Amino acid sequence: MSEFIEWQALGNVLLFGLIVGAGLPTLFALGVRSLAGPGARGEDGQVSLGRKVVAYACFGAVVLAVVGAVAYIAAGGH
Amino acid sequence: MEPVTEPLLLAVVVLTALAFDFTNGFHDTGNAMATSIATRALKPKQAVLLSASLNLVGAFLSLTVAATIAKGIVDAGIITLDVVLAGLVGGIVWNLVTWLFGIPSSSSHALIGGVVGAALAAAGTSGVLWSGLAAKVLIPALIAPLVAIFVGSVGTRLVMHFTRDVPEDQNDRMFRWGQIGSASLVSLAHGTNDAQKSMGIILLALIAADAVPEDSGVPFWVILSCALAMALGTYLGGWRVIRTLGKGLVELESRQGMAAETSSAAVILLSSHFGYSLSTTHVATGSILGSGVGKKGAAVRWSVAGRMFMAWLITVPAAGLVGAAAYGLDVLVGGTAGSYVVFAVLVAVSLGIWLYSRREPVGHHNVNDEWEPEADNESIVAESVVDHDMELLTVPADREHDARGEQR
Repeated sequence: MSEFIEWQALGNVLLFGLIVGAGLPTLFALGVRSLAGPGARGEDGQVSLGRKVVAYACFGAVVLAVVGAVAYIAAGGH
Repeated sequence: MEPVTEPLLLAVVVLTALAFDFTNGFHDTGNAMATSIATRALKPKQAVLLSASLNLVGAFLSLTVAATIAKGIVDAGIITLDVVLAGLVGGIVWNLVTWLFGIPSSSSHALIGGVVGAALAAAGTSGVLWSGLAAKVLIPALIAPLVAIFVGSVGTRLVMHFTRDVPEDQNDRMFRWGQIGSASLVSLAHGTNDAQKSMGIILLALIAADAVPEDSGVPFWVILSCALAMALGTYLGGWRVIRTLGKGLVELESRQGMAAETSSAAVILLSSHFGYSLSTTHVATGSILGSGVGKKGAAVRWSVAGRMFMAWLITVPAAGLVGAAAYGLDVLVGGTAGSYVVFAVLVAVSLGIWLYSRREPVGHHNVNDEWEPEADNESIVAESVVDHDMELLTVPADREHDARGEQR
């Protein structure tokens, strides 16, 4: 079968697909949880600075990944 | 070929390639935008406009166009303008038929199928590199949805886990943005990848007709017209396919939509990076299925998915049959006139399919209507019991009496 399936390429797609394709949504979810999850709003009804920093770090990483992907497409690397 | 008729033949091939490009955009809007439309992250018209713009930008973004068609699958020596034309006809007809039935199917596989069929008709079985066909087209069609289902389901499961106790309105508000971002990326990648295929075909035709030198780059008008044809197709939106992807497979909410589109974008870009290209359509469909698998208690309509898998398996042979028939017709009529006849038949068939589709139009107005499986009798009965006021179904006592009286 190795003649018909490029196992190594497939393994890479699966591995990095999981890291990026499942990892980024998870990061985004952690950001959402940090901003709006249980206990996010303190007694004064505001989201604490620490939680905001965590959330925007998560969103920032996701945005960076998207920008990186666009650059990658533009560079003709696909 | 006579110098007078040659430009006309070239024009016919270029037009057909642009028509294929149009059906490509038309057919594949749903890959990027179906989930955003289904979860109402975007209004249907906004979604197709965004997708069309990004396809347009994507077409200009990267220009590594190669003048190849079905490389490594069909013997390059037998690719003539007639074979290309017949192959395009096979691809277009299959795209339109699957669109009519609302089945997402890979446009590039349809094109390859059409060219393979035309090559078989032109040169017999020796014209096709069978192991290349199996390794590059048939087997990836089986693998792509599995990979995407896996990645999409893991992503969805994790997202669901971490946001399980976040209020629903907050989830929707934020994940809709994530969804729009990831869907945009899929659109952009599609514009870059697929518009280049048509550019490559047109460049090939121009070289074959000696209109440009062999080492020529892509003329600007080719880039522009391909980008516009695809964007126009995307904007008109294959609403039937969008409906199947967004409503037919899984009832989606924005968290699933975001996870599915991110999975699609990642798998598509990574697969081409590692030189193991997987079809955008197969990956997008698999990711959406995965988002149903990953959510506890979500119903996945495997019967609908099964119909799609069947369609993917017959894409190459079916488009091949059309391609072979088109090539046969071309040869039968003979000369350049044959090509014009093929083109005329293509126009007639396309028009026929479009007219047929008007009997039950699907558009932006009804794309999100409830999904009603045709053959599911039980659910229809259950629905009618729920929907109808049971009192109206019972016959009032006095009328029952009357009826009996009449019977006597």
